[in-house]
Amino acid sequence: MNLTEKILAKASNLKEVHPGEIVNAKIDYAMVHDLTAPLTIDAFNEIGVKKVWDPNKIIVIFDHCVPASSIEAAELHKKVRNFVKIQGIKNFFDVGQGGICHQVMVEKGFVKPGEVIVGADSHTCTYGALGAFATGVGSTDMAYVFATGELWFKVPKTIKIYASGKLQKFVTPKDLILYVIGKLGAGGANYMSLEFTGPTIKNMSIDGRLTLCNMVVEAGAKSGIVPPDEKTLNYIKLRSKGKIDVQESDEDAVYDKTLEVNCETLQPMVACPNSVDNVKPVSEVSSVEVNQVFIGSCTNGRIEDLRIAAQILKNKKVNDKVRLIVIPASQEVYLQSLKEGLIEILVKAGAVIGNPNCGPCLGGHMGLLASNEICVSTSNRNFIGRMGSSSAKIYLVSPATAAASAIYGEIVDPRILEEE
Amino acid sequence: MKISGIVLKFGNNIDTDVILPGKYLVLTDPEELAKHAMEGLDKEFSEKAKKGVVIVAGENFGCGSSREHAPIALKYAGVKAIIAKSFARIFYRNAINIGLPVLECEDAYEKIEENNELLIDLSSGEIIDKTKNLTFKFIPLPSFLLNILTHGGLIKSLKSSLMQKSS
Repeated sequence: MNLTEKILAKASNLKEVHPGEIVNAKIDYAMVHDLTAPLTIDAFNEIGVKKVWDPNKIIVIFDHCVPASSIEAAELHKKVRNFVKIQGIKNFFDVGQGGICHQVMVEKGFVKPGEVIVGADSHTCTYGALGAFATGVGSTDMAYVFATGELWFKVPKTIKIYASGKLQKFVTPKDLILYVIGKLGAGGANYMSLEFTGPTIKNMSIDGRLTLCNMVVEAGAKSGIVPPDEKTLNYIKLRSKGKIDVQESDEDAVYDKTLEVNCETLQPMVACPNSVDNVKPVSEVSSVEVNQVFIGSCTNGRIEDLRIAAQILKNKKVNDKVRLIVIPASQEVYLQSLKEGLIEILVKAGAVIGNPNCGPCLGGHMGLLASNEICVSTSNRNFIGRMGSSSAKIYLVSPATAAASAIYGEIVDPRILEEE
Repeated sequence: MKISGIVLKFGNNIDTDVILPGKYLVLTDPEELAKHAMEGLDKEFSEKAKKGVVIVAGENFGCGSSREHAPIALKYAGVKAIIAKSFARIFYRNAINIGLPVLECEDAYEKIEENNELLIDLSSGEIIDKTKNLTFKFIPLPSFLLNILTHGGLIKSLKSSLMQKSS
């Protein structure tokens, strides 16, 4: 069995599982945020069960409309706070206490190898970076989990992504995952799992691995996973107590197919409007003038991302035609970037810094785009209307490409800075 | 379980942001959500859907967000079922969970045209295009999922099984 199959087998109390089989798995942690929790609560109340299965295994994180951007959002927050109180849920991260749910989940130690985690948000697949099976579900599925602590899954087929070679300067894990999605297509990994292996992944930071797994859903995948190693364990030991169940794929594990990527020759990539799989090297996109640049989101709002943005923007100015929005993914990332002086560099360059939240990425609040505007974003989706007006266009890139584009006022390959 | 409706056709990769844009996620009332269904692609959709429609679409329908607001908006706007070449997995689960039938059929997309009248038999796996007098076969859902749909969704089906256990 491969790693994903082993985790699902154990959680379902089975010796073996095979792709296509439907299993009932025990859930280790269940996460909801301010926009998906209200429907979950409604569905849970409709079931008629009074108490959730285990209040210690439910995590509630406010991150989408934070602080409340409208009376409607404030009412949702109030409803969820009330539920948290009644149910005795202690792992509740209110405004100012956590940040973007997926970042908070990993940095507060809720994610460990071998666990089964569901979140009422599609980017829950992020946690596979630490060797967990994690997937996004809707609110009704989540209500079922709240009531029973279990959920059914179809065991996915797995595609192996084998990455070798050193990533060149200003070429980042984001460029690798954009390349992979471009190869697989927006529905190319539908219902499947992606397992990331190879020397490039071994050498990659946890931040980078989180970026890879974050975007697997953009190829339709149910989950992504990086086999846990020393780096994973060191990251977890700082944040979490208790035994860690480390497993690996068997040598004769079955994969649907393998995609090999030579990272040595990988270039900075961009997903052009309006599809995440419309991927090209940045060098092939010329003279696209930019109105807004967004560096943040659950894909690229981590400390490593802000470091590279600050490195590029140090002693530089954001182009007059551009608005640069930078949002650290969590309170912890915010504090760390303050300590390292990154925020000062970014503010001096002309960036506006937002509090940790998902706002611009989903067009819910903050930094919405007007008609026909163009945004270069480090987030994960460029669908029509995603960040505001349905005639606005979104280009998805790495933090390095975003920062360089903010300086030039048009989409540029960040390696241009090396040539100066 | 039988369903009938008039066809509204869409292409590939219809994502949850066009089905129900992010700015409406602060709404929870299904009737309010329904007013904005498919707003990202067709502002008249909710008017058209009122008569009771079946969406016929291409590949990867419902890709993107886990927002259950998306299938809820479609269902309450008047969508009786969605036929697609394939679905994104979270949307697929969400639709069944709220009692909105979703079924995969390659042929249907190629041959069924907008405004045709369809009759779908979920149990036998048959779509009849009454306008063109054509029949298409699809693999019916496994019985435990069909059971959720016939109860009107996961919660209603769970309630019913809890009641049976306690009686």
